[in-house]
This record gives sequence, C-alpha cells and structure tokens, in this order.
Amino acid sequence: MKLTEIIENSGEWLKGDGPHRNIVVSSRVRLARNLRSKPFPGWAKKAERIEVLKIVKSAVEQLPEMEDAYTENLEALSPLEKQVLVERHLISREHAAKGVGSGVVMNVNQSLSFMINEEDHLRMQAICCGLQLGKVFAMINQADSELEPMLDFAFHPQLGYLTACPSNVGTGMRASAMLHLPGLVMSDQMNKIINSVNKIGLAVRGLHGEGTEAMGNLFQVSNQTTLGEAEEEIISRLNDVIEKIIEHECNARQLLLQKKPVTLLDQIGRAYGVLSYAHSISSKEALNLLSVIKLGTDLNLFPDENRILVDELFIETQPAHLQKGAHVQKMSADERDTLRASLIRAKLQVVPKPDIAKIATQPLGTTENDE
Amino acid sequence: MQCDVCQQKEATVFLTQIVGGKMQKVNLCEACSKDKGVNDPTGFALADLLLGMGAAQEIEKNPAAQRCPVCGFTQADFKKTGRLGCSTCYEVFADGLEGMIRNMHKGPEHVGKAPVAYLRSRQIDQKIKTLQSSLQEAVAAEQYEKAADLRDQIRRIEAGLEA
Repeated sequence: MKLTEIIENSGEWLKGDGPHRNIVVSSRVRLARNLRSKPFPGWAKKAERIEVLKIVKSAVEQLPEMEDAYTENLEALSPLEKQVLVERHLISREHAAKGVGSGVVMNVNQSLSFMINEEDHLRMQAICCGLQLGKVFAMINQADSELEPMLDFAFHPQLGYLTACPSNVGTGMRASAMLHLPGLVMSDQMNKIINSVNKIGLAVRGLHGEGTEAMGNLFQVSNQTTLGEAEEEIISRLNDVIEKIIEHECNARQLLLQKKPVTLLDQIGRAYGVLSYAHSISSKEALNLLSVIKLGTDLNLFPDENRILVDELFIETQPAHLQKGAHVQKMSADERDTLRASLIRAKLQVVPKPDIAKIATQPLGTTENDE
Repeated sequence: MQCDVCQQKEATVFLTQIVGGKMQKVNLCEACSKDKGVNDPTGFALADLLLGMGAAQEIEKNPAAQRCPVCGFTQADFKKTGRLGCSTCYEVFADGLEGMIRNMHKGPEHVGKAPVAYLRSRQIDQKIKTLQSSLQEAVAAEQYEKAADLRDQIRRIEAGLEA
C-alpha cells in the first residue's frame, strides 16, 4: 500500500471508540528489541545498518497482521512526509531524522507500527483509542512472540531484553496514554499532578514525548522504569494512576461548572468565536482553542456527532499535515497560519454555536466512571 | 556551562543531591529545569536526569573492562553518547553498569517476558542439573544400575540439544 492511503485516512485510534475516550485520547505500548551481537543503530556502520534493516524488515513483513502493510526505507521519504508520520504518532521525531539504513512498516488502520533502526534495531508500537493499555499490550506482545522464532533477540538472564540505552533494559516496554486535561490546567492543578506522578516513578510529558511542550492541554503519562517489574504490573500500576487522574479531571470540571460557570462559558464562547472567524492562527493557538472546543463537546455545548471532526482538526492543523494537504513542499509560517485558519473556518461551519441550554450538569466523564 | 539535558543552552540552575552517600551534580538550563519539575526540589528525583551523564561517571570507575570484542566500543564512547555499542557490551562493561542500572530502575533483575527459546533451554539446564545430582547420589549409594540409567538419560538430553 502507498503512503497517500495512510495520509488520506486518519488512524483507527482517532476515529475509534474506547473506555474514557473523552479524556483518554489514545493508549500506546512500545517494545524495544535488538538482535544479538549486532552493533546498535547509533554505533553501527552504514553497511551493518542496511543488513539489520533487511533482516528485521523481512521478518516484520511476514507477520499475518502486517499483510498489505505500508513499508518504506526512510531515505525514500521527503522531510514533509516524515513529519506527517510524526504528527500521527506513527514514528518518533528521532526516527524522522534517520535516513539510509532505517525503515518503517505500518498496517492499514495504523494501529501497529514498526520503526527499524531507530535507537534500537526494532521499536514496535500498538496504539488505540481510549484507555485500553491491556489491549494494546496484548496486540504488540503477540507481534513480538511471532517475531521471536525469526529474529535472534538479545536477551540477558538478569537484565532481560538488552537495549542501546540502559534506561530501557528489562521489558524494553514503554506504555503510555495521551490525556486531555483542560479542567486540571484551568484550575491550576496540573503541576501538582505532574509532581506526584513523578514521585511514583511515572513520567508526564508533552504532546510528542520526551522534551516536548504540552499544547492543547494534552499530556502523555508513561512508565519511567523497565527493569524489576513485569509488563502486566507496570501496565496495571499505570492504569490505576491514569484512572485517578481521570477522576481528578472530572472533579475539576465539575468544580469549574459550579464555581466558575461564567469563566468556563466565556472561554468556550471565545474559542468558538476565534476559530470560526480568524484569518490567521498559529499551530499552538489552534491546539489550545480546539482543546476548549473539545471540552465544550464533553459538556454537551456542542453536538456529539461533531466530536471526530474536532479531534481530527487536532492532527490536520499540524504544520506538515497542512502542507501535505495543500500539496506544497515549502511554505512559510505566515502562509501556514492563513491556511490553518481557513481550514478551521470551513470545518467549523457545520458545528453550531455553543448551546448554553444543553449544558451538562455532570461532565460526561463522571457518568462513564460510574459504570 | 552547558545544560546537561539538552546540551545546547547555557545552564542556569545547578543542583546537588546526595543519594546513598554519593554526591550527584546536575546543571540545567531554565527550560529543562522547568520541564523536569525542578522548581519543587523535594518532589524531584535526580535519578531521572542521570540517565546519560551519571552513567558515564559510573562506568569510568571500572578500568579493567576496555574494549568490546564484538563491536569495538569503549568507555569513552559511552561517556560521549550515553548509549552502548551492542548487546555484548553489557557483559564487557557489566561491573560499571551494575550500579547505574540499579539506580535507574525499580529492581536489579528482570521479571517479565522472556523468549520461549531461552525459557526452554533454562528448563533443560535445570533438568540436567537435577539428574546429575541424582546420579551422584546413586553412585554414592552404590546403586550402579540406577546410575547407568541416569547417565543415559543425561546423554540423551544432551544429544537432543546438539541435534
């Protein structure tokens, strides 16, 4: 299959359904694996990387779940195409910087993606909608078990799976969930949450992982350590913490509705106004305002059938997606801001203005919690 | 002085923490210090930051291990990159890595998934070990018929492994 098919269709995790889907945008698990006694990608010579790419890629392509997959060597992709894959969370920013000797394989619905010769020989991830860490782990664990007879993975009796960086040894697993937390941000509780989550050995990061800024009130919560705890334990601990954060987010929204309804409605109305009528808007401003519209949807102020349209705008307004849509390789930031504003204006035409009469007395998240 | 995390910006936040009787120092720029939540020193685990750098100092303590025979990687390379050269490096630099890995993780030993082939070979090793100790007991008790039988069992398993 071709990259255009990937680009034209948004991934299943964006359109699908899952528990707590209003707050948990996606759940993701990635596993790091390396071949025994082959130099890690960062240390390997070009010829060695090409050899590993060949071995790993052909194994991955044989997986039954990767039938009809999109597979490509990174040097064949333009910087813009790589950036599109980064914005979709299908490859990492680090992987996008790679060229000859690195590759990518992903399935049609974009739930499984394999980065070959990123920091490790193989980094494979499964992603899906809502809070379903157990399910995504099962998906990627199955792929790993199927690859095992074909690839000689480096495994150490004490240290488990060996990785280029000692911080990933053991399970080689990073499980994470992308959370939309406007309530906690608006009520100034986010720093408190980040600090307490850090204390128990979990990490909170921005939109694109390590070292990135939090935009659009989106935060990624993940495990920090990989050795000394089984995969299932890590996932269940992470899951418990995420459920607690969801609870706090729901309480924060509830409190805002009771104590500061004017501020809340004002922000939602302004976000709708700016997005509907702006003629130039930066990526950051767009994300932050779209986040408020998403919150408005959770509070019943906007019709639920427009939810996916709003969620898709989070991705479609990113720089590379805009440019790809316009079929332009190079575009100035100003030109992008204009294009972004007109895309949002056009899409929001079908979304009626906020209907205050319909406001949810209870934010949607809490009812889900009670199930 | 450069920031230890991004290695780009000038460091303006200097942090010293004593963990297990060992002093650890980290230099950070404004942005990275905010990013890591350093504004609250009590809730801040310095170990988070030590991934690349403390690691380099730890591994240096072990001058015996020098160059990985498989990939040619050295301690100096680890200091530069914070990454290892290949899976064999974990054996070569084991002494230096041990403390660092212990500081970084929840426990010193892997619990969790292991490749099926590894589990199978471990099972066979254990079986041979049990048979060998029964063999010794049988010899000591002068039960030679039983000992011969055990010896044949061990040989069969070992032959199976080679095949």
